[in-house]
Amino acid sequence: MPRIGVFVCQCGNNIAATVDTKKVAEEMKKLPGVVYTCDYKFMCSSPGQDMLRQAIKENKLDGLIVSACSPHMHEKTFRKAAEAAGLNPYQCEITNIREQCSWVHHDTTKAVGTVKSIDLTRMTIERLKKNRPLKKIKIPVKKRALVIGGGIAGIQAALDIADGGREVILVEKEPSIGGNMARLSETFPTMDCSQCILTPKMVEAELNENITLLTYSEVEKVDGYIGNFTVQIKRKSKFVDEERCTGCGECIEKCPFKTESAFELGLAKRKVIYTPFPQSVPNVPVIDAPNCPKIQKDKCGACAIVCGPKCIDFKMEDKIVTEEVGAIVVATGYQLMPNERFGEYGYGRIKDVISGMQFERLASSSGPTGGEIRRPSDGKVPQNVVFIQCVGSRDEKKGVSYCSKVCCMYTAKHTMLYKHKVHDGQSYVFYMDIRSGGKRYEEFVRKAIEHDDAMYLRGRVSRVYEKDGKVIVQGADTLSGSQVEIEADMVVLATAIVSREGADTLAQKLGIGYDKYKFYNEYHPKLRPVETVTAGIFLAGTCMGPMDIPESVAQGSAAASKVLALFSADEMAREPITAGVNKTTCNACWDCVTACPYSAIERESVKDRQGNIVKWLARVNEGVCQGCGVCVAACRSKSVDLRGYTDEQVFAAINSF
Amino acid sequence: MKIPYYPGCTLNTFAKSFDESARDAASAIGFEMAELKQWNCCGATFPLTPDNLIALSAPAKVLSNAGKEGDTLTTLCSVCYNVLKRTNKVLRDNREKRATINGFIEEEYDGSVNVLHFLEVLRDKVGFDKVKAAVKRPLAGIKTGAYYGCMLLRPFEDMGIDNAERPTVFENLLKALGAEPVEFPNRIECCGAHLAMNNEEVVTKLSGNVMTSAVGSGAELIVTSCPLCQYNLEKSQDKVVSSTPGYTGVPVIYFTQALGLALGQPIESLGFEKNVTDVMPLLKKKGIV
Ligand SMILES: Cc1cc2nc3c(=O)[nH]c(=O)nc-3n(C[C@H](O)[C@H](O)[C@H](O)COP(=O)(O)OP(=O)(O)OC[C@H]3O[C@@H](n4cnc5c(N)ncnc54)[C@H](O)[C@@H]3O)c2cc1C
Ligand code: SF4
Ligand code: SF4
Repeated sequence: MPRIGVFVCQCGNNIAATVDTKKVAEEMKKLPGVVYTCDYKFMCSSPGQDMLRQAIKENKLDGLIVSACSPHMHEKTFRKAAEAAGLNPYQCEITNIREQCSWVHHDTTKAVGTVKSIDLTRMTIERLKKNRPLKKIKIPVKKRALVIGGGIAGIQAALDIADGGREVILVEKEPSIGGNMARLSETFPTMDCSQCILTPKMVEAELNENITLLTYSEVEKVDGYIGNFTVQIKRKSKFVDEERCTGCGECIEKCPFKTESAFELGLAKRKVIYTPFPQSVPNVPVIDAPNCPKIQKDKCGACAIVCGPKCIDFKMEDKIVTEEVGAIVVATGYQLMPNERFGEYGYGRIKDVISGMQFERLASSSGPTGGEIRRPSDGKVPQNVVFIQCVGSRDEKKGVSYCSKVCCMYTAKHTMLYKHKVHDGQSYVFYMDIRSGGKRYEEFVRKAIEHDDAMYLRGRVSRVYEKDGKVIVQGADTLSGSQVEIEADMVVLATAIVSREGADTLAQKLGIGYDKYKFYNEYHPKLRPVETVTAGIFLAGTCMGPMDIPESVAQGSAAASKVLALFSADEMAREPITAGVNKTTCNACWDCVTACPYSAIERESVKDRQGNIVKWLARVNEGVCQGCGVCVAACRSKSVDLRGYTDEQVFAAINSF
Repeated sequence: MKIPYYPGCTLNTFAKSFDESARDAASAIGFEMAELKQWNCCGATFPLTPDNLIALSAPAKVLSNAGKEGDTLTTLCSVCYNVLKRTNKVLRDNREKRATINGFIEEEYDGSVNVLHFLEVLRDKVGFDKVKAAVKRPLAGIKTGAYYGCMLLRPFEDMGIDNAERPTVFENLLKALGAEPVEFPNRIECCGAHLAMNNEEVVTKLSGNVMTSAVGSGAELIVTSCPLCQYNLEKSQDKVVSSTPGYTGVPVIYFTQALGLALGQPIESLGFEKNVTDVMPLLKKKGIV
């Protein structure tokens, strides 16, 4: 006969308001196998846990139930307490009588809540009776990390992991690390120049001997599981030997062909052999093959002639390298929503309607105008500039429903930069609300308004069109209730921050989740903000959603600390809630293989003594299995069971209802 | 080809020339606009409160009548088009509302009729190249501003005739007719619409903006697709001329009149004399008549 204890929690008034916990405890005492019951104000508190441990010892309990909040909250807490009292932790089960009972019932006579809590607890007791003690799974850990994306978030993560003494491979798809921050001129709220604070970090990442930089590279394939990932990385051909290149720049100088610079967002051209920007790390040029006449039609070849160390190789090919790592940090960042979607603002049609990021380039001292604010159409210094906020953000119909979070701030920054450079210029800002939550952020916006004379107009713009060399902006000023028309020289759109193109394909390779906007999902938005549901894969920065530099950096460090914690032991323990295949009944239909969202099920062959294959079987890789149970439902021959949630346990629970 | 056609009240009375020029143009191209055997007013506004179902019963009746005569229904007036198309969507997509409305009008209509504006018929069923082939009197050299107004395009998800911010259908038709379309900033702004009844000032201002913006962009002629736009523009003309220095007015005609003209219909049949503004001097100047 089992010896089960039942502990019913009042959770202050959270449960006790609609559930008679004492009654629940008394009723449970009557069930066969239950030898001890009680109710208590806060089971998770220190005295509550003491009580639990003591009761286990005094009553020689071999299993226990805590009827309290969701197992997501405290299952771990109580299992630890049970383990401390000498029990197998998986002999402790939780009944959720808070989220699934007391919180949804409002009957203060407690009739409904009490009956339901009794039913739920009884079901858990019957399930517990069929429990088998489980043991944590131990897996070895490879103590090297992969960071995908070399923006500020990825750089920070790589540097911190490297400083912790572990090897890092930093994969960046562009020829240089730096990401979007490399494009910024000065940064809110302190107005320090972006290059000045970013470049040292980029160089540090290059020089740190624990960091291997793989630029112009992308992740092709990811196999394995926490502690043991095998990653295939495609190294796109740069046509330049990285080892020998001295970064002298002769080749760039001599290349006779130019094309649109993606880094400058259409505001300037670059050579066909190029580094995206002067401070690029590594300072090794790449050849833009589709635009190179030598590679396409065997004409030119100027760069190879002038290159001193002879490191240009037009025949160089893409390479796949394979790396084994124990953890992955994803920091692939963001892009801006294509403005062409907003016909009313004339973007893409009217040259002097630009995006906020293009404005950054105009304001940047290393940008196409050397930091002078000049409009793209005719290079004139604009005297009136209109900034339109929330373009695509907070606009479910045409754009996205969320707030892009940084544009209120960078628009204020832009008005300041503009005023500092064009003293007699006037800026206008059309806004919906000003969102300036953050340390010294509100003060920053006030400064733009009060000190730098930015004219803030609360309302939307309905139309932007060209007339006699001016850009006419029609909009509403909802505070004065009037329509306004501004003859501007240039219009800057604060376009929504969206996920990177291809974010979904990468997520599928990694087996991590994403939301409807293709931003990656954190495990828990509050309590586990840099983890994903796939163990061993962490997130940092704007690939999760809009955020500014301070937040991206904080997340990079947070992800690094998670990685270092994982690497602190040689082996890691995992929850044993995994699927297992019954080898005698499995008939190798592979339904489970197709069903498993984590590709955790492998095909295993059984051989006879002569080495002939006699049978195929499904086998669950415990390192990968997340215990979701999909395979259990998919298996036609009922050959898969989920430890801790076996069919036997589930049916026992249902039968007792 | 025979297409069931809903003229609507205004085209049956006040805007006869819109209706007649369209019918004649259709037969010149080679199809027939077959007026519904039975029809009533569409209600002339699509209700903004979602539970105002009674306002949908009139257009629902029109649609259900159309359903008995074919699977498409075409109309010319932008307002009728707007009301019918949106009502049809409600009837097609919302089972509950459909049941209530059908119960009220005692019909069994399921929203299956395809509501098309005459412009869509020309573009998608006939094809602008075919229209072009039928042109006998090209409107060569006439810089023409196509005025869309709002009802034809918005709300975009319901109307879907064209991109609501950068439409092209009208301009493409004008090109087929040999005219020179000019895109002007206010071509999709409101003319003041029903405020014509109680706030003339606003109408004069908005319609004035449309016309001066068109002329400012070089237009010598404006074409419309809506009797209310046509009315507001023409009605405001004199006031705008007197209050806007340098602006001397611009003729405004229905696009079907322009179509008939290009197709070589007799000038007398196009109803220009019913327009407030006189297009004849322009046509003479351009050597078209
Ligand atoms: C106009 C504008 C002005 C701004 N001004 C400020 C400011 O003043 N202050 C401030 O705090 N914040 C500002 N921000 C926000 C700031 O840009 C971001 O917070 C920051 O750049 C986010 O860094 P990240 O590393 O998350 O992403 P990113 O900078 O986007 O970096 C991601 C990196 O990953 C790489 N990558 C992407 N996909 C892959 C892949 N599949 N494989 C390999 N590599 C990949 C990319 O090439 C890129 O290098 C501004 C934003 C905008 C739009
Ligand atoms: S940060 Fe400001 S401008 Fe950007 S979407 Fe949010 S409210 Fe709009
Ligand atoms: S429980 Fe889920 S993760 Fe594990 S093998 Fe089954 S389907 Fe795959």
